[in-house]
Amino acid sequence: MTPELKGLLLVSIIKLLVVFTVTMIGVALLTLMERKVSAWMQYRLGPNRVGFGGLLQPAADGIKNIIKEETFPGMANRVLFMLAPALAFIPALTLGSVIHWAAPLPVNFDFTLPLLGRFVHTGLMPMAVADLPVGILFVLAISSMGVYGIALAGWSSNSKYALLGGLRATAQMISYEVAMGLAVVPVLLLTGNVAFGEIIRAQQVGGFGWFILPLFLAFHNFLVAGFAETNRLPFDMPEAESELIAGYHTEYSAMKFSMFFIAEYTNMVTVSAMVTTLFLGGWDIPFTHWDETPGVLQTIATGGMMFLKVFFWLFFFMWIRWTLPRFRYDQLMALGWKVLMPIGLAYVMLIATAIYLIENVAGISSGLVKMLVLTGINVALGYIVFMVLDRGLLIGGSRERGAASGGLGRRAA
Amino acid sequence: MSTRTLEVALATPSLDPRGHPTTVPLGVALPAYHAPQDDQGGEHMLINIGPQHPATHGVLRLVIELDGETVVRVVPHIGYLHSGFEKLGEYRHYNQIIPLTDRTDYLSPMANNVCLALAVEKLMGIGITERCQVLRVVACEISRIISHLVWLGTTGIDLGAFTPFLWCFYQRERLYNLQEAWTGARLTTSMTRVGGLMADIPEGFEAGLRDFCRTFPKTLAEVDAMFTRNAIWCGRTQGVGVIDGPDAINYSLSGPMLRASGVDYDVRKDRPYLGYESYDFDVPIGEHGDIYDRYRVRLEEMHQSVRILEQALDRLERLRGAPINVDDPRLILPPKHRAMSDMEAMIFHFKQVMEGVKAPVGEAYLGVENPKGELGYYFVSDGSAKPVRWRIRPPSFINLACLPKLCEGVLLSDVIAINASVDIVMGEIDR
Repeated sequence: MTPELKGLLLVSIIKLLVVFTVTMIGVALLTLMERKVSAWMQYRLGPNRVGFGGLLQPAADGIKNIIKEETFPGMANRVLFMLAPALAFIPALTLGSVIHWAAPLPVNFDFTLPLLGRFVHTGLMPMAVADLPVGILFVLAISSMGVYGIALAGWSSNSKYALLGGLRATAQMISYEVAMGLAVVPVLLLTGNVAFGEIIRAQQVGGFGWFILPLFLAFHNFLVAGFAETNRLPFDMPEAESELIAGYHTEYSAMKFSMFFIAEYTNMVTVSAMVTTLFLGGWDIPFTHWDETPGVLQTIATGGMMFLKVFFWLFFFMWIRWTLPRFRYDQLMALGWKVLMPIGLAYVMLIATAIYLIENVAGISSGLVKMLVLTGINVALGYIVFMVLDRGLLIGGSRERGAASGGLGRRAA
Repeated sequence: MSTRTLEVALATPSLDPRGHPTTVPLGVALPAYHAPQDDQGGEHMLINIGPQHPATHGVLRLVIELDGETVVRVVPHIGYLHSGFEKLGEYRHYNQIIPLTDRTDYLSPMANNVCLALAVEKLMGIGITERCQVLRVVACEISRIISHLVWLGTTGIDLGAFTPFLWCFYQRERLYNLQEAWTGARLTTSMTRVGGLMADIPEGFEAGLRDFCRTFPKTLAEVDAMFTRNAIWCGRTQGVGVIDGPDAINYSLSGPMLRASGVDYDVRKDRPYLGYESYDFDVPIGEHGDIYDRYRVRLEEMHQSVRILEQALDRLERLRGAPINVDDPRLILPPKHRAMSDMEAMIFHFKQVMEGVKAPVGEAYLGVENPKGELGYYFVSDGSAKPVRWRIRPPSFINLACLPKLCEGVLLSDVIAINASVDIVMGEIDR
């Protein structure tokens, strides 16, 4: 093994451990945050008994889940029943490895250890566990794997509630995969690359070239599909606790149950990081080019920026969850197939045409101007989609009645 | 006199010549072509919701036959909370029945107490004092708001919106505190007596209620902002669980269920009691008879209840110091200190406790507009101090009867929403 390879291995292992630990602790704290945010919205205090202000509540939950009894439903398929939580958990964690959490860090070392030999690393180290050249494709591929865990959990539990939950989850995640894939395509069209590093770099034009404005509809579709992929309200059909008790994890107890929760929250982090990377410039600090020159300070600052952005989206997830009611199953599928997919398809065509026209016909080469023109197009499209097409028609109940149409008839005194 | 015989299909499981079960394995006799197909290997799936389920609002059990996620049939099963209240009532003096009524519709105990007192007073031909009337109106309207708040919150949860639930329960707590200050109990209020009330309202009650009336509409407006124009909420509720006016009447629905279908019937307006005709309030009427209209009718009813409460508070101010009980020692227990020191009072006390208050021979039915619909108490008296028959007309039991019809062909999620919109309380259904 060459010293360079050993050096690469060393930093990779360190990054792996750091990302894994931070993710697990972050997820634990996210459960606390969810409870605190919901409490804040509902005139409550939330957990405040364990530790200072309830900070140790996740630890208490973790201990409880570990020492609880493992139960198996009668006639359940034990192997798959045990396997399912892991199958949900592993893809969720794997996805965290391709996210770029900060600007690349210059790492130079050259030292020799007894027995292990010489380690060498020079140049920039991307702040992702694996800086895959196929970044986004990897995410799409692995996130589909999460379906297996849920479908198998539903099937192997030998419970009708779990089965229905698992079926719903499978159909839902496969449907929204399509919408999600279509929402990513415009980003790839603008970037011309599928690697996350390149996507972030493409959003640094003029200090503020985030794709959220020039690709607003794609951003919107991606966010909606992201909600559906994570099975969070208003798309929490698979769980739908008022109908299916707890959906696919009805029969699970103790740590296996916890695994599904960790997977859900990890997915939330991943989707938040994806939204940030694809549409909010990743670790980019807006209105400055200072963060693009490598350095330790820059890495720390961009890491903080990334954290802020991801944190905002995590809060957004919770905000939505504690605000909206749940879709019905058919409405959810209709939204995915009849609304998001056609819009996504048409949008890909429009953006592709627009980029062609801008670059080849109008001959504009300035990135900033291109972004501005696309933003203009998106304002027009957004107006058409949200103001003209929607108006409660896309997801409304019956078409004859708009929301709250017609006052109640009243009999006066 | 001719005897009437009823042909009752016995619920013994058996198969018809084609091998289909002639009875549902749940004890409901049905024609063979209606019988649900066997779960194993059949096209349809039987799914059991309840009696322990987060969305059945108590111990209702629904057995649902599903074709995919489409509901083929819903069979409700009740009786898990049967307490035999009606029979128990036959062994109690009229005043002793009041604690039983607390536990029927346990979301509006005070309104039940009022209904019982009114029914017995009708049976005995007693009039009550004006202050008592106003206080009973206050009790009824507080109960209405409490019950509707529970309904609103739990229905929100059933449709996935958790937050308004706690907003509603926060307000409900405020009313419960007032109720507790008045009656000493949050649930088992037992606050009426035949001919009057257990107690007058305490110091500070009026101020607390005024404060509630002032601030409560704000919460209603918040819930309104969360739901009424929310596309998901409209999508889940509009056009779901529709029952039209004639059908609603045929199913004998009452209360908000009936009014949401466009039928203008409110006991407070049509057969006024407690002087409701002298209060200024509106009765909201829906037009589509779906979940959305039921939601809006109930929301508006809470606004109207606040209006009534405000008027009642004004009257209470005018009637400050007026008696709450009728001046009849045969009906109303003398104060304890008099019973221990005054011969005559002691005799009345003894007779009331040992013999009870005797009602004349006859029968009486009285219906009131309870939060869930028309609650009726029917008494048959043989002249003794105990009824020979006490019959409750439970609004949620009768409203629930239309559930299988409403649920035909909807999706599983809609069953939960429809069940929530009926606003049932199992204590009253099973009695």
